[in-house]
Amino acid sequence: MKLRRTMMFVPGNNPGMLINAGIYGADTIIFDLEDSVAISEKDAARHLVYNAMKAIKYPCEVAVRINHISTPFGYKDLEVILAVKPDLIRLPKSETAADIQEIDAIITAAEIKHGFVPGSIKMMAAIETAKGIRNAFEIATASPRMVAIAIGGEDFLADLQTSRTKDGKEFYSARGQLILAAREAGIHAIDTVFGDVNNEEDFIAETTRIKEMGFDGKSVVNPRQINIAHQIFMPTTKEIDHAERVITAYKESLARKSGVVSLNGKMIDVPVVKRAERTLAYANAAGKNNGRVKL
Amino acid sequence: MINAIGREIPENIAGIKNIKPYGGPFEYVPTGRLTGPNIILNRPRSEKVLKSIEQAIDATGLKDGMTISFHHHFRNGDYVLNMVVAAIAKKGIKGLTLAPSSLNNINEEIIPYIEQGVITAVETSGARGKMGKLLTSGKMAKTTIIRSHGGRARAIESGELRIDVAFIGAPACDTYGNINGVEGKSACGSLGYAMVDAAYADKVVAITDHLVPYPLFPVSIPQTQVDYIVEVEAIGDPKGIASGALRISKDPRELLIAQYATTAIEYSGYFKQDYSIQLGSGGASLAAAQFLKAKMKQQGITASFGLGGVTAPFIEMLDEGLIKAIYDVQDFDIPSIQSMKKNANHQEMSASFYANPHNRGPIVNQLDVVILSATEVDVDFNVNVITDSNGVIMGAVGGHQDTAAGAALSIVVAPLLRGRLPMVIDQVHTVCTPGETVDIIVTERGVAVNPRRKDLRDNLREANIPVMDIEELRDLAYEFAGKPDPILVSDEIAAVVEYRDGTLIDVIRRPLQL
Repeated sequence: MKLRRTMMFVPGNNPGMLINAGIYGADTIIFDLEDSVAISEKDAARHLVYNAMKAIKYPCEVAVRINHISTPFGYKDLEVILAVKPDLIRLPKSETAADIQEIDAIITAAEIKHGFVPGSIKMMAAIETAKGIRNAFEIATASPRMVAIAIGGEDFLADLQTSRTKDGKEFYSARGQLILAAREAGIHAIDTVFGDVNNEEDFIAETTRIKEMGFDGKSVVNPRQINIAHQIFMPTTKEIDHAERVITAYKESLARKSGVVSLNGKMIDVPVVKRAERTLAYANAAGKNNGRVKL
Repeated sequence: MINAIGREIPENIAGIKNIKPYGGPFEYVPTGRLTGPNIILNRPRSEKVLKSIEQAIDATGLKDGMTISFHHHFRNGDYVLNMVVAAIAKKGIKGLTLAPSSLNNINEEIIPYIEQGVITAVETSGARGKMGKLLTSGKMAKTTIIRSHGGRARAIESGELRIDVAFIGAPACDTYGNINGVEGKSACGSLGYAMVDAAYADKVVAITDHLVPYPLFPVSIPQTQVDYIVEVEAIGDPKGIASGALRISKDPRELLIAQYATTAIEYSGYFKQDYSIQLGSGGASLAAAQFLKAKMKQQGITASFGLGGVTAPFIEMLDEGLIKAIYDVQDFDIPSIQSMKKNANHQEMSASFYANPHNRGPIVNQLDVVILSATEVDVDFNVNVITDSNGVIMGAVGGHQDTAAGAALSIVVAPLLRGRLPMVIDQVHTVCTPGETVDIIVTERGVAVNPRRKDLRDNLREANIPVMDIEELRDLAYEFAGKPDPILVSDEIAAVVEYRDGTLIDVIRRPLQL
């Protein structure tokens, strides 16, 4: 099971951060060529990220957020970055399936050119407008490379003509639609960043909320947020215990060739078994890669 | 001579008497007796308060070639050392040995007096900036001696470092010479380093900006040790003496190192009810306090005592009952100073009580766990905290050697890379603390356990931290930053680094490029 509990943005123009990006245990690091890089440094960032990826073995999934292909930088980003085979290309401000398909074609050409396994470079899209939310399912299914869709915060709020609130009302409908689209498409749903890195309390509240909504992970901007998010996404001991008992009961019923699964005298439905299997697979994956630090 | 860690120690070094090569942390067994100050007659109602520093210098009989001492509790706010050396210079006295417990950047002011020959030798724990450069330059008339805090106390008590006149910055002093560090505008908290000077110097001058009527209490340095008192306008700049509460780092790399260090402690086997701990004042050390606190609460563990170098995060642990008592040789921030004043479980101690290996029991010998920083470490676990990547003195040994030797578990934290430089290397330029006394090295990319401590390596297996061989860490550092060329040095020895027992662990040769 591939986890994307945390996808950490790392500004592409900061060599110190590029070197150390892999040590904090994020499930995915996203080298950013877009919003955190000033126009005057776009080329420098692109080449720094290229060289970092060439020289450093990162212990996790590596994504690159390129500039949108409607800007003068997007195609150049792809040309340079695809040569070092990122795991994932993240497209910002996705509004239509056509955006995704255009990049898909460029990636396909690059895979052929560099001799990479066809389809090995994946894609994800950030949706940052009302139009994008409306097209979320089409975007999510626009290419077999698509593994996740994410909601992009500030641009979306601007488009919606509202601003951040403590309990996140402004994101209710968008998060709801995004998660539905992702689930229907069978890919991950990733929540937006929480920028106030010193406000641990609200970060915990927001991450708990989006986990409960069904999101698979959160974009983070600071390594200090990683362990906190991983703990929130980790199934509790109680949940794991319960899942183990459900699976044991299920296996016993299979052995008995009985169609009815029961635990403590109660009937267990198939979805409960499925959820238990998922919980155990998740705990297993998280145990292997839980940020490497026990808190 | 080649000492026990393979460093070449010349048989003759100008100005260094009785050279003994380092043989192991507890190999050298001292003989002889303690020294002491001269005996004097004191008549009833004699007057100790003098009008000026100049008058006090005259009264002490300070002459060419003598040794004067200071303490560094005022840190970068210290006025006393500069003020006294300037006054001595005015009197035309020359050839003095300066033996402060340490030197801070603010003491650069006295460099002209060194150049004029007022001071010709320095014995201290360390130096930074221009002063460090001067001591490394070979321009000093005599070889500099670097000692740890415990080593200095030992040298003073054994008579190896004979102090003729000790000048003691006194945040509060009464008219008969009782001193404490917790009152007055220049309060610095503990006077632990100065306590040894006061007890063993032939003459002791208290310099204060807070002279109070007799008697002052509590007493840190008693009237029985103080000859003269001078009142001045200010003995230090409060802003430089102590900051507000030292804050926990927000640097994610330091936090990660701190997390690894704390997890190492948790699984080491020493994290038990009534364990004891010392944390340094470096970023990762301080951050470790925060994680340790959480783990102690979680597991219901409290510590019997804490040791330091005291900072606000430590005080919070004392106030919350997580640490039963604190023993304090120096304070770094205002909450620590205030705590020493109001909390009876916050005890002041002398540098000898803290770390002298040749008394009947320094507290470091009771210490379970210490976290120490490092400038660079090597594959033999040797630690350098004194010279920089150019071979220039830029730090201080402090209590590093002492706590590493005394503690049951000594953890050294250091980033794998500092800027473009690898910090885990084949051989440190200067050995301050021998690898034999270092158990674990923690970097942001991996944790190495000294092969002597197989028990620890086994314990850490469950810890879910990246345990590696030290050579793997070095290779990783070299992979990123390349292998640094050795620093080219001359034969000329600028300074010797004493081990805490008075043997020589290393020498600092003048770099060719300085």
